[in-house]
Amino acid sequence: MSNNYSVEAIGLNKSFGRRLIFNNINFKIQHNGITGITGPNGSGKSTLVKIIGGIISSSGGKVIHSSNGTEIIPEKLHNFIGFVSPYLVLYDEFSSYENLYHFAKIRDVEFNKEKIDYLLNKFLLYNRRNDLVKTYSSGMKQRLKFIFAVMHSPQLLILDEPTSNLDDEGKASVYQIVEEESKNAVVIIASNERSDLALCSSLIELEHYKS
Amino acid sequence: MNSKAFALFKKDFSSEVRTRYAINALVMFIIIAISVILFSVGDERITPGLTGGLLWVVIFFSAMSGLSRAFVSEEERGTALTLQLIASPATVFSGKVLFNIILVFLMNIIITLLYSAFFDEFIIRNFLLFLITFLLGNIGLAVSSTIIAAIIAKAGAKGTLYPVLSFPILLPLILTSVKLTLYSIDGTTIEESIFELAIVASYDGLMISASYMLFDFIWKD
Repeated sequence: MSNNYSVEAIGLNKSFGRRLIFNNINFKIQHNGITGITGPNGSGKSTLVKIIGGIISSSGGKVIHSSNGTEIIPEKLHNFIGFVSPYLVLYDEFSSYENLYHFAKIRDVEFNKEKIDYLLNKFLLYNRRNDLVKTYSSGMKQRLKFIFAVMHSPQLLILDEPTSNLDDEGKASVYQIVEEESKNAVVIIASNERSDLALCSSLIELEHYKS
Repeated sequence: MNSKAFALFKKDFSSEVRTRYAINALVMFIIIAISVILFSVGDERITPGLTGGLLWVVIFFSAMSGLSRAFVSEEERGTALTLQLIASPATVFSGKVLFNIILVFLMNIIITLLYSAFFDEFIIRNFLLFLITFLLGNIGLAVSSTIIAAIIAKAGAKGTLYPVLSFPILLPLILTSVKLTLYSIDGTTIEESIFELAIVASYDGLMISASYMLFDFIWKD
């Protein structure tokens, strides 16, 4: 499946009060594949992916998302994006199935049971699919977030520290899914983990955007 | 109101059934508020006009105890980000407003029934006027409470801020609704009450429009 999705950052900067996080970031990602964002703690990796995902605003500059050459308006952006991060929280009072069902309905996309079951199996959650999320370990919750991120076949997959809380088996499942998704989607990984960054074909180093 | 907003409402409804985050607080508050009024009135005879005013006092404070939870619970549990990732701001606001409207109607039906049972002086002579007031008042209360909840959800002292911020915004609605309730108690006709009804209807229209315009800015940062 060809994906003509592109993300372009033009003169992007972000400050919290007087503290400059990064300044004048310019890039264009327009082919399927994996792009890494790296930098030391506090360099603004999570802030940058949140701005790319339309969750927070930048202090200056802009991010343009396009699909098949048409710019996507911010109100529609959520259906094109999959997002995973440690600070993302799913609903504890629902089971995996219930969480994913509600997400599909709110997004107004089909609840594809076959795909959900495949992903639950892939992330070793199938046997616990009807248990409440509050009974899950942090690693299991992190794996469920991956299913949440890819269940609607997003054209842009944003992964912020994707392997935090995961054991080796979980990491292997994540890397396999990331490789699969990168064939059909633009993938952005924000991380300092060498094994995460080893998947990336290009890197944005935030240390270079401090002044 | 589209299918996405209705799906969000269903998610909130299922969540409320499981967690009873708002319902428990509301039910307890209603029981306590009406009990306090009953104990303080004692054997005294109160005027029918005063019962109408006290009804809206119970309604206002009950709303303050439960309606903020639409957004506060999402922020406290950290699920606001999840909502941002699955729905547009308009969908989120519509779903939350729908949930609060249903909650306000249920809450106020219970309050009014309990009130009618315990206060002999609370006799409605123009039921249609009371019904219209109840309908418009509840919609205004739900919409205003929802947008204020979205504003205070990201603040530190949510519990204090909510009634403080709500009071001036809800004051025109509460004052006019109290007046209309008094009219329905003393049997004033709808034609004679048209000015007050127009105020409440305009308030609702204004709050709905302003809330949809503002919510994008409140929700994003």
